[in-house]
Amino acid sequence: MDLSYSAEELAFRDEVRGFLEENLPKEMSDAVRDGRSLGKEGHDRWHAILNARGWLAPNWPREFGGCEWNAVQRHIFEDECCRAHAPRIVPFGLSMLAPVLQKFGSKEQQDHYLPRILSGQDWWCQGYSEPGAGSDLASLRTRAVRDGDHYVVNGQKTWTTLGQYANWIFCLVRTDPDAKQQEGISFLLIDMDTPGIELRPIILLDGTHEVNEVWFTDVRVPVENLVGEENKGWTYAKYLLTHERTNIAGVGFSQAGLAAVKRLARAEMSGGRPLIENPHFAARMAKVEIDLMAMATTNLRIISRAASGQAPGVESSMLKVKGTVIRQEINDLARRAAGVHAMPFPSEAVEGDNALPVGPEGTGPVSAQYFNNRKLSIFGGSNEIQRNIIAKVKLGGGA
Amino acid sequence: MNFELTEERRMLQDSLRRFLSDRYTTEVRNGILASEQGYSSDIWAQLAELGVIGALFGEDQGGFGGAGFDITTVFEELGRAGVVEPLLDTAILGGGLIAALGDADQQALVERVIAGDLQLAFAHSEPGGRYDLNHVATRAEAQGDEIVLTGRKAVVVNAEAAEMLVISARESGEVGDTDGISLFLVPGDAAGLSLRGYPLLAGGRGAELDLEGVRLPASARLGPQGGAWEAIAERAAAASVALAAETLGAMETAVELTRGYLMTRQQFGRPIGTFQALQHRMADLWIELEQARSAVINAAGHLAEESRLRDLHVAAARNLIGRAGRLVAEDSIQMHGGIAMTQEYELAHIAKRIVMSDHRFGDIDHHLEQFIALSA
Repeated sequence: MDLSYSAEELAFRDEVRGFLEENLPKEMSDAVRDGRSLGKEGHDRWHAILNARGWLAPNWPREFGGCEWNAVQRHIFEDECCRAHAPRIVPFGLSMLAPVLQKFGSKEQQDHYLPRILSGQDWWCQGYSEPGAGSDLASLRTRAVRDGDHYVVNGQKTWTTLGQYANWIFCLVRTDPDAKQQEGISFLLIDMDTPGIELRPIILLDGTHEVNEVWFTDVRVPVENLVGEENKGWTYAKYLLTHERTNIAGVGFSQAGLAAVKRLARAEMSGGRPLIENPHFAARMAKVEIDLMAMATTNLRIISRAASGQAPGVESSMLKVKGTVIRQEINDLARRAAGVHAMPFPSEAVEGDNALPVGPEGTGPVSAQYFNNRKLSIFGGSNEIQRNIIAKVKLGGGA
Repeated sequence: MNFELTEERRMLQDSLRRFLSDRYTTEVRNGILASEQGYSSDIWAQLAELGVIGALFGEDQGGFGGAGFDITTVFEELGRAGVVEPLLDTAILGGGLIAALGDADQQALVERVIAGDLQLAFAHSEPGGRYDLNHVATRAEAQGDEIVLTGRKAVVVNAEAAEMLVISARESGEVGDTDGISLFLVPGDAAGLSLRGYPLLAGGRGAELDLEGVRLPASARLGPQGGAWEAIAERAAAASVALAAETLGAMETAVELTRGYLMTRQQFGRPIGTFQALQHRMADLWIELEQARSAVINAAGHLAEESRLRDLHVAAARNLIGRAGRLVAEDSIQMHGGIAMTQEYELAHIAKRIVMSDHRFGDIDHHLEQFIALSA
């Protein structure tokens, strides 16, 4: 039992830290720290900075231009990025589609798409959920019918994150309506500029536009855009979801969030003293911090096992549930800490670079974030679905 | 023992519920939220016509209600429909303070409030004051026949719309003293008063106020010099009762929407309401809802009692409803899934009303501390 990083791991951490100090633009880390949106330009800029250093694809094999870091290195990198308030790397191309192409895609697909993901030429979005297929994803209905050397796609996807920036979408489509639910699904790559595609924004409850509906009407997709075999898409989808769940605990986000709560609680006054000295508020923070300390170690235990080659199983579901509960609790603390200053609706602050209208420095759009992050326990397999998985594994097949 | 509403209150409840379900649809409300003004003058006029504003004032004040259960009857309905119009600010707070303290000339303003002809705001909270009602640093100083106000006020709801503001300022003592606080009636366009307005997350608008030498005649003082504390504390208690009832109403809507969704949304070949994991959560929400209803009844029933008993029950209600409300809001969103995250869906607004009510006149921790102090 040794809770510390090895000398090599510490050296790696220092290298990452040094890189971030030198290369992460201050206005960018300020925006991330204050919960402001970066827009497409900001994301593209950070993407290019990491690509120039060769650190854009921590999980890719070297043969495709990735870092091929092990789980501990990836964790250190993510942890340092969160600590430095680096922007989140948009995962759809880099850490969701790419592993599928690397494992199941054709040589032509790998050669064509992977370099374009690294260069930032393509922005991918995900066409999984549908209005009638959320937790029950396998019930999806978007149809793809073979017509010569094309598939003709009709249907609707929803909750398409940052689809407004994307020029490509990877989709799960039904190619065999008569097969059992999971067996008639295929994995298609679709150019968003194809005629018949319409993107409609969904405005979320905090006023932000981060998700969309995507409608397909007689959209013709070349058959070479099929990944792997027809009707085997569910296998690839499940493979992709295991990658979606890396860094699922969000420990770094929580640590950064808790630090922000503390800053705010030092600035906010209550009864003539800083809120951080208020016993009720201090107790709330302490409970979350205790949970987070333990979860950081749970996370490292699983990462360490993964680094030695064991696949994560039910633990990733546990991390998803506990990690999102902790993050949401921290969002709640931030809202609570802001007091009356939590009431304004700083839509400009979320979307643009205007300062918040009121409150002590660092107040940030805390209430908007509190509401926005209700999504954490809903998306990527809701916490109810994760609990079903845990119960099924632990109680046996009966559940 | 009788927990039924009186005939008059039931009629008010029926007519208000009918009016809001006909006229205050999600679409209408979303239009109001997107508007510059942040509330609807048309809806306001109709609420006045229905007698909703008059129900918030006593008979001696020109109204026909004003008691705790009149307030809860009205605000529970406002909460059910997610109403964003500033009845709390104009009627309970601004109007209520004038009715409690005003001289004959000032009382005339209450008539205009009841007629739906006057908007008011209560400018009391200050930067650095959090939820402490006695945190008044804004100064009022006599200069000859005039009084000069200097200071800042934070997150003053309805300030931009208000023709008159009721502003608290200190004439003696130190920040934190209950003695020495006075109230002043200040026209919204007074020289030296500047407003920086913004929309609020759960609807309506607020503003930061700068008072840089606002000069007022002595007749602008509302009530005794330095002696406004009792009235402020009483109206804060009434506002808390109103907020608690409003939140209860919003919780009813959230639970009802969630029940409907669980019965119709199909996943895995059946309504999701047939899954026991969700059934048990719904059961907990119904339990909490009834607890919240009782807490509102306790608070409303003690609003006219002496201040310690009054504030004890108010603190209890706000603490319980703050906790239950958060559970209802969060679980309702969770059980809906993504659809409840969209701005246009009714629950999104209702959930915001519930959660953000915890930021007015004290959150659950503030009321817990009040309760501990008062019950010791």
